Amino acid sequence: MKSLAELQAIRDRVKNNVVVRENNEIDYRVVVGMATCGIAAGARPVLNACSEEVAKRNLHNVMVTQTGCIGICKFEPVVEVFEADGTKTTYVKMTAEKIVRVINDHIVNGNVVTEYTIGANA
Amino acid sequence: MQELSLNILDIAQNSVRAGASLVEISVVKNTAEKWLVITLEDNGCGMSEEQVKQVVDPFFTTRTTRKIGLGIPFFKMTAEMTGGSFYIQSTPGVGTKVAAEYCYEHLDMLPLGDVPSTIITLISGSPEIDFVYRYEVDGRSFILDTREVRQMLEGVDIASNEILTFLRQMMEENIGEIDLQVQ
Repeated sequence: MKSLAELQAIRDRVKNNVVVRENNEIDYRVVVGMATCGIAAGARPVLNACSEEVAKRNLHNVMVTQTGCIGICKFEPVVEVFEADGTKTTYVKMTAEKIVRVINDHIVNGNVVTEYTIGANA
Repeated sequence: MQELSLNILDIAQNSVRAGASLVEISVVKNTAEKWLVITLEDNGCGMSEEQVKQVVDPFFTTRTTRKIGLGIPFFKMTAEMTGGSFYIQSTPGVGTKVAAEYCYEHLDMLPLGDVPSTIITLISGSPEIDFVYRYEVDGRSFILDTREVRQMLEGVDIASNEILTFLRQMMEENIGEIDLQVQ
């Protein structure tokens, strides 16, 4: 069974990676709404899938963060993608599967997934 | 909310917003007497007596954007649905403690759900805050204390994915072991 003692090895591995990462600029900020409305609609699995996909693809230029209620509760789970130039894309009614596609298509390849945006769902 | 772990996540976010530096979450179960208690305790800004009275009212919120706040009312409801009860106690400048007691064999008992996932979400969202999670069944317990984790990490970011993955697995294994021993 795992215990805290095993953290030592992982810590050293992470430490080495951090040195490489330090110079990275953030190009994309992915914000997941995590208020009562978001959580009830399924934001936790969306956030987890998002963090996992970003880690799996080693996307050091992407920051995943949480926020409170964005104000459009009936469209939750809501995910906002902010680009370095200030552009914002609002994705609505997200799922763990949809967020993986957003990361692949939008963040990695630069193509907004129009069908998941609020414009296509309102 | 489909599972109690989501209510825990929701209520703990209030502690984060209250400026807490330490949030203690516990799930304690007694299989002989068939009860389960969830508590959340923080050292945040606390609330006045009047605010404590209002907080169980869905039409009260400190938010200025809208007039409703459902977090505490939902949590209270999950306990009362099972014939259990709900307590909230708060002192301005000291902190807040919330407890929900469940009769877990009641038909309307919601599943506890994935609490490790809630804890990981909290740590990743607020890496500057310390969280303690205690899971206890009939006196056997497992405790995750991020203050202990931090000591081991020597300055490495607790919110890095490798560390969070490890912490999640450690919680799942230890909790699974306790549940196994009880059966």
